[in-house]
Amino acid sequence: MSEKKLAIIATKGTLDWAYPPLILGSTAAALGYEVEIFFTFYGLQILKKKLDLQVTSIGNPAMPMPMPVPVMMQALPGMQGMMTSMMKAKMKKKGVADIEELRDLCIEAEVKMIACQMTVDLFDFSHSELLDTVEYGGAATFFEFAGQSDINLYI
Amino acid sequence: MADFDQELDASGLNCPLPILRAKKALASLSSGQVLHIIATDPGAVKDFEAFSKQTGNELMESREDGGKFYFLIKKS
Repeated sequence: MSEKKLAIIATKGTLDWAYPPLILGSTAAALGYEVEIFFTFYGLQILKKKLDLQVTSIGNPAMPMPMPVPVMMQALPGMQGMMTSMMKAKMKKKGVADIEELRDLCIEAEVKMIACQMTVDLFDFSHSELLDTVEYGGAATFFEFAGQSDINLYI
Repeated sequence: MADFDQELDASGLNCPLPILRAKKALASLSSGQVLHIIATDPGAVKDFEAFSKQTGNELMESREDGGKFYFLIKKS
């Protein structure tokens, strides 16, 4: 059987934006797709062995808040950590998987994860900071798979 | 309700976990065996239809009862 293929570029490294590539990747794999995710720029944070993904309402007026907080207050020290904890607590309460779990499910389903070597160098990340299952490559590596994919997503 | 060979309680889990857990459970069954799934995520209703269409595993039953959703999927 020739499998359908899904290629994703993951460029964002906040807690909320880490979800779409991992949810879509793991689900597509469960549906029988062959999946490759290319992590570049801030998306590399999702591949860190030690995850520290944060979320903030700064610059995101659409984020639902339990109570209205003036923008100046949102920038105070400690607010980002507080918002991240509140978001994680809410996700847990609603039965939303945590990022580690989704990432493990992707690995288990043989979703291929490629880290962009150029941005790894740019940010002075070492390969040992990222998951051992990660492969490294550049734009040409992405196109080798993307060129024969049925679906290509940029996230 | 029809007989089933294995049960998966995905209550409290949200998208895409019910589907991913079901996929894993189906992998341990043999062809023709039936998986019974319990879920509380209302999105699971459409998702299990789509899952079944795309994987070829037959969705034999999909029903709601008292805020819970019950599915029977036969492994292809």
